[in-house]
Amino acid sequence: MAAVVKQRRKYHITAWVIVFLVFLYFILPIAGAAQFSLRERDDTYGLDAYRMIFQTPELAEVLKLTLRLTLISVALSMAIMVPTVTLVHLSAKKYRRLVEFVSIQPLVIPPVVLVLGVVNVMPTNWMGSPDLLAFEYAVLAMPFTFRALDAGLTNLDIKTIVDAARGLGASWFTVLLRIVAPNLKSGIFGAAFLTIALVLGEFTMASLMLWNTFPTWIATVGQSDASLSVALSVASLAFAWVLLVLLSFADRRRKA
Amino acid sequence: MRKFRDVVGLFPFFAYTAVFFGAPTVMVIVKAFQDQNGHWTLANVVESVQDVYFDSFVESLKLAFASAASGTIIGFAGAYALLATGNAWLRKITQTAAGVFANTGGIPLAFMFIAALGTYGLVTQMLLKLGIDIYAGSWTLFGFSGLLIVYLYFQIPLMIIVILPALEAQRKEWREAATNLGATTRQYWLHVGGPILFAPVAGAFLLLFANAFAAYATARALTSGTIPLVPLQIGSLLSGNVIADRANLGFALGFGMIVIVAIAMYVYNATQKRAAKWLQ
Repeated sequence: MAAVVKQRRKYHITAWVIVFLVFLYFILPIAGAAQFSLRERDDTYGLDAYRMIFQTPELAEVLKLTLRLTLISVALSMAIMVPTVTLVHLSAKKYRRLVEFVSIQPLVIPPVVLVLGVVNVMPTNWMGSPDLLAFEYAVLAMPFTFRALDAGLTNLDIKTIVDAARGLGASWFTVLLRIVAPNLKSGIFGAAFLTIALVLGEFTMASLMLWNTFPTWIATVGQSDASLSVALSVASLAFAWVLLVLLSFADRRRKA
Repeated sequence: MRKFRDVVGLFPFFAYTAVFFGAPTVMVIVKAFQDQNGHWTLANVVESVQDVYFDSFVESLKLAFASAASGTIIGFAGAYALLATGNAWLRKITQTAAGVFANTGGIPLAFMFIAALGTYGLVTQMLLKLGIDIYAGSWTLFGFSGLLIVYLYFQIPLMIIVILPALEAQRKEWREAATNLGATTRQYWLHVGGPILFAPVAGAFLLLFANAFAAYATARALTSGTIPLVPLQIGSLLSGNVIADRANLGFALGFGMIVIVAIAMYVYNATQKRAAKWLQ
């Protein structure tokens, strides 16, 4: 009996050691980046690199473009995916598999390959606008958007509430906006957050289509100012992490 | 009437994906088999698996395989150890953190690692104080193994996300039943636990493989082309850093990538179907 307890404890310690080692691997680069961005000349520490961010002339322009792309991507992907996924749950059930199949295909085509096709197939006047990038981001987000909305709708007796609203004389537009959307709130938020995180971190397509978004700008800065680029990286990671942590809380509430 | 409404309602989705996803993809595949003047040819595809381009496919496959294999092993060990600690709070935190880190990549991740493991990085300096000089030999963060270490930052969390539910679904009853029938721990894993976990682990491995194979930003930021990887080759062909008559070569490389990822995803789907039977 005592031997079993002893063996269990040994096993337990091994488990904690493994967890600790994995934890170290994840925390050390964060600590390294934080230290690097706070280090100033003569081995003192301060917030100079972060102050520099706000003194960089390109910042406003880069942020404006990135924000614009984020808004368009989220709006586009919601405008297309919410009615589509609702419909396949409501009456077009036999198309659900097909819509799911199409939605997850962007996982099969690497962005670097997609952008190759985009620059060759799109009309020149479309290529002249950064908004095309947002239209592609909505595509890249589709696998996640579909899953988030699909999961939300599975937990909902959508047919009953829609029939009730229709019976009371609501138009389809009213149903989508005032019945489906509020009931699907956490699914919509989840999809939107993932889309935002995607747009804020996407480098491949933006850089190859030559637009100066936040990630491509960090890469450019990195060639001339190391501590500024690390500060920017820390800031952008921190922002994305906050978004994703909020998302997981929203997710948990939905499941509870 | 109803059928008509369904078709109309689904039209925007299919039209949108056809224009912004279908058309570019078809374009890559068609152009892979055409020359500059639009005549059908196999020359691009043949060239895309020769010389330096063959090397980049080998290198990309090696990196994807190595990072998927180590990510699968470390992620599995981490998830298993996590459940073995029996700490519910830790499990919740890990679930959230894994979701966050699996989505971390690209330029910020590369710079973070340069700050930690670069010549003057925090970890480098810490190790130096312990008497370990990781830069004593020819090792650099910007080589194959450096890239591998960085890729694990999003590979391990992805593995944990995928495998945690499967590990938790390991029913206690199965273990007890086996023990009651006289099975040792080794026998349990060999004949019960192992075969059941095989499908989810294989599926996770394939997901990690496709994930690393397609990655562009992290590699681009870290290696600046010192390691030939297929995505980097496509990127430089697209930026026009090469001779003009090779323009269609990029399409052939892209086609090659699509074929490899599609195979990985096809096998993934097959393993998931098997897994679904067990884990209901």
